[in-house]
Parts: sequence; C-alpha cells; structure tokens
Amino acid sequence: MGFYEAVLISVMTAATPLVLAAIGELVVERSGVLNLGVEGMMIMGAVCAFAGAQISGSPFIGVLCGMIAGGAFSLLFGFLTLTLVANQVATGLALTILGLGLSGMIGESFIGLPGVRLPVLDIPFLSDIPVIGRIVFGQDLLFYASIGLVIGVAWFLFRTRAGLRLRAIGDNHGSAHALGVSVIRVRYLAVLFGGVCSGLAGAHLSLVYTPQWVENMSAGRGWIALALVVFASWRPLRLLAGAYLFGAVSIGGLHAQALGVGIPSQFVSMLPYLATIVVLVLISMDRRLTLINRPASLGQPFVPER
Amino acid sequence: MRIELEKRPERSKLFSILSPFIALGLTLIVGAVLFLALGKNPAEAMFYFFIDPLLVGWSLHELAIKATPLILIAVGLSVCFRSNNWNIGAEGQFVMGAIAGSIIPVMFHGWESPLVLPLMMISGAIGGALYATIPALLKARFNTNEILTSLMLVYVAQLFLDWLVRGPWRNPEGFNFPETRNFNASAILPEILDGGRAHWGLIFAIVAALATWFMMRSTLKGFEISVLGQSARAGRFAGFSATKMVFFAFLFSGAMAGLAGIAEVSGAIGQLRPVISPGYGFTAIIVAFLGRLNPLGIVAAGLVLALTYLGGEAAQISIGVSDKVARLFQGALLFFVLACDTLIHYRIRLRSTAKVANVAAAPVQSPAPVEAR
Repeated sequence: MGFYEAVLISVMTAATPLVLAAIGELVVERSGVLNLGVEGMMIMGAVCAFAGAQISGSPFIGVLCGMIAGGAFSLLFGFLTLTLVANQVATGLALTILGLGLSGMIGESFIGLPGVRLPVLDIPFLSDIPVIGRIVFGQDLLFYASIGLVIGVAWFLFRTRAGLRLRAIGDNHGSAHALGVSVIRVRYLAVLFGGVCSGLAGAHLSLVYTPQWVENMSAGRGWIALALVVFASWRPLRLLAGAYLFGAVSIGGLHAQALGVGIPSQFVSMLPYLATIVVLVLISMDRRLTLINRPASLGQPFVPER
Repeated sequence: MRIELEKRPERSKLFSILSPFIALGLTLIVGAVLFLALGKNPAEAMFYFFIDPLLVGWSLHELAIKATPLILIAVGLSVCFRSNNWNIGAEGQFVMGAIAGSIIPVMFHGWESPLVLPLMMISGAIGGALYATIPALLKARFNTNEILTSLMLVYVAQLFLDWLVRGPWRNPEGFNFPETRNFNASAILPEILDGGRAHWGLIFAIVAALATWFMMRSTLKGFEISVLGQSARAGRFAGFSATKMVFFAFLFSGAMAGLAGIAEVSGAIGQLRPVISPGYGFTAIIVAFLGRLNPLGIVAAGLVLALTYLGGEAAQISIGVSDKVARLFQGALLFFVLACDTLIHYRIRLRSTAKVANVAAAPVQSPAPVEAR
C-alpha cells in the first residue's frame, strides 16, 4: 500500500463516524428538532458496541448494541422535548452529560481490554481496481452504511412524500398539524433515526477507528457532527463533502507532525476544533445560504392545539 | 394511554418552587434503584453518598471548595441564559481565566506583594471575559451559532493549558512533571477560617450571587436582560440592543468563569496542572437550571451539586462503587429538573387511547340518519 493510499484510507476512516452521526442529526433537524445530545448518544453507542462485541465475541452484535443504545437514549430526549416540551438546548446538554457519565460507568470494566475489530468486507472485483478499489471498496460495513445512508436520506428527503411531509413539519409545524400530519409521531421517528445513527457512529469509534474502550473517546466528535449539519446547510451530499474535508484536516495535521514539522502535538490536536469554528463562520457569513435551507421551526416547541 | 399537556392560564407559583425538589427526589429514587442494581444496600449507599460528607468538619470545607467554582460560573451563566444567549463554553473560559491569572505567579514567581492577589483575580476575570468575546463577536458579527463555537473553544483551551504546563511554563525544578512552579505565599488565596481549606473564593461567589440577584431584580440592566431574553422584538421596541446584549452576556459569564478558574488554582490547587477542573463548567449548567436561573437559588443548587462530587468520592472509598456515579447523578438531575419544569406551564393529563378512538369515530355516525331518511 502506498503512502497516499494509506493517508486517504485514514482520512475516510476519520470521516466515517462524522458522516454517520451528522446524517442522523440532519434528518432530526429537518423535522424541526435540535438534538444537541449527539455526543452523549455517540459515546453510549461506543461503549455499548464495545461491550456487546466483548461479551458476544461478534463485532456485528456489537454494532447492533450500539444502535440500540443510541436509539434508546434518543427516545429519552424525545420524551422530554416532544411529549413534555422541555427546552431542546438544555435537554440535549443533559443527554450529553448523562451519556458521558453512564458510559464511563459501563465502560470501567472494559478499560485496557483488546478490542474486537469489525472485519473489512472486500467487494469482489471492484476492490481489485488499482488505487481506488482498495480505498472505496475494501472498507468495513459501517463505511458502506455511511455512504448508503447519505444517498438514502437524500432520496428520502427530496424524492418521497414522507420526506416532503418531514420537511414540511420542520418548516412550519403549525400548518403541517392543520393539514393532518402527525407532527409528534414524525418527530419521534426522526429523533429515533438520529439516535440510531449516532449509535452507529459510536460503534465505528470503538470497533473500527480505535478498537478499544477509552473514556470520553468521542472527544467532541458529536459536536463537530452538529457543526457539519450547519456547514452542509442541511443538505445530505454537501454533508458528505464536509465530513471528508474535516477528516482530511485532522489526518493532515497528524501526518504533518510525523513528517517532522515542528508543531507541538497539542496544536495539531486543536486543528479540527479550530477548523470547525472557521467553517461555521464562513458558512454563517452567507446569510442567504443558511436562511433558505434552515428549517424554519428548528428548536421551537410544539404543543398540538385541540 | 397517552400523555397530553394542557396549558395553564398562568405559570404555577406552587410548581415553580416545588419543581427543583421533585427533581431532587426523583434523582434520589433513581440513585437508590441504581445502587440496588449494583448489588449495594441502597440505604447505606445513600448515607455514604449524601449524608456522611456533611458530618465531618474537613469535608464541609471540601464542600465549600467544590461549590465555589460551581456557584461563580452558574451565576454568570444564569444571566447569559436569561438573555437567551447559550454560552456552553464556561469550562474553556474557566481554564483561560486560570491561565491569565497565573501569569504573575508563574512568570514573576519571586514577586511578593499584597498587590499580587488582586492583580491575579482581575487578570483571571479579564482572561475569561476575553475568551468569551470570541463566540460573542462571531455571533454578533456573523450570526454564527454560539453553542458550537463556545464549545469548540473548550477543547482548544484545554489543549493550550496542556501545552503550557508541559512546555514553556513547566517547573524547571520539577523533575519533568507537567506542572508549573508552586505559587508563592502571596499568590495563594487565604483560607476563610484558620485550619480549614475553604478559601476566599466562596466569599466572592456569595457576593457575586447577591450582586447579580440585585441587578436582575432592581436595575434597568436586569430588566433589559429579561426582556431581550423573552422577546428580542419587544426589546427592540424598548430601545434595547440585542447585539450589545450578546456581548454583555458573554463578557459577564466569561469573567465569572475566569474568576472561578483563578480562584480555584490560587485557592485550592496552588499551581497549574494539565487538568484543573473535573468539568465544573459543564456541571455549572446543571447548577444554573436547578437554581431556576435565580442567583440565590444557584447558591443552594451549587452546594447540592458539590455534594454529588464529594459523595462520589466517599462512596468509592466506603462501599466501592465507581465515582462515575456522581456524573450519572448530575446528568439525571438535569433531566428531572427539565421534565419537572413542564409542570410550571402545563397540566399533565393521562388520557386512555380508547377515548381518543371514540372521538375519532364519532363523526362517522352522523351520515347514517341521512341514509335512513
């Protein structure tokens, strides 16, 4: 494997959890709900995926556990914000704090254990194509899932009636309710989808990216995923591009350091966070871009009138 | 069965007082169930967690030390949240305040003077405020989401501190440990009582809470904060500027967090280390909400959350449960606080699904007589 091939593969591996978490959150936000608990759901997904894989011996069971954990956690958020109309910003933060605490407790007995890695699934023939083959078709299940989800979500949101309904709810829940769309039910489903996706992202961290359990291993990736949704101006395909750009920035820093550029490691580690800020500023400077695509009732509470 | 909300004609006074207590009670129940699940005697565990730390003198001092940063930060955040600005990066402002305040004791470590402490406290507050200006500026100028930028800056501040104490600020006589020099005596916040560890930071926190309470209650600034927080449009009609409020809210909460940071380093730690906070900046968000964004309520809430830190340590030593339980308690508490706040504005009704089905079926009956005619 050549140097550039290795770099490209590590960029894609770094970007995959971001893609997974962000595409889930994109659907949630398109339905008008702002779930800031991505970090919490992700870390719960990571620890439960690791635990599931350890106990059962199968990384696939682990992935399933991660999905269930992320989904269950998101329903907690749904109950508070959709049924009890609690403040979405504060509830999302609560979800993150709770997730970081709970995952630390669950994971305590798994610290230092060697992990189970999700196997690479080579797609026959296609993975033999020189250069691109190994990078695109010689990856693990979760990478294919991330690409599939982005395409699926793009198709669902903009090519199906259900997707139109979801976007309508996100843009004006009052009118959607008047037209007989069940706002709360659709939002619950969207929140659940977001949770399962965040769980998958967590599973990628503890089963592929670094196959072990480290406390706080999500290290702010959930927040970066939230920023990516804004960066993509709520459009799935732009999100894919954004995630790979982020992957490239963080991996590029590491390689620059390995090549002996004299930057202290702490400054290299700052790069993804600083890049997030810069990108957010660049996007928000173009007000038209954000205003057109931002779901109009994002973060607004909804109580059906009867 | 389904849950339905019915809006109250006006906010319930009863529940706005009761809801934090209901939330505390529910958290305790969850805690008991959790300890039971871990195979511990819940009554014994609860005793070690919540009561034992209150029975000994030295641990009351520890309680005050832990409550100090929580109250200081949360008082600042309460103003910020009330004005509808979401500063989530208090943890980063805490770290930057600690760094800015430590410039004198680290770089001029030989200087002993009564001026040292006041200068440290002021530069700490300025450091925190300046760091909070970044998300404020980005929000005011470019409309950038302040939640995400302030949070990203937490990671940047923590990494910066890590670099400082391992690099340029490392103690030259410290055997390569990642620490700065120990501060000299005139850079240490004095203890309130002789023989106890609780330091003057607690007095700062209580004064800050009282002053903020007065500001919110009896000054035009306090009125401006609430009006702009509830409706930016209404505030504009009153001639208040939402943009200026963004800066005020962030500078105020940043200065409080920065002061908390340097008070912690100068009063409790005595030097800079790679990690100086067990997540005070995030726990303070819970304190702010548990105190219902009221500075006096925040003093009480700060003591409660400080107790969870102590209880976590105590329970780990005495009954061998992980001190991570504390974080779990804190998260659960915020959840219950938010859930119980619903009771202030809404009545909750449980309705059976069968009844809903009947209502839906009702209009179908009306065409029937037409056919009969």
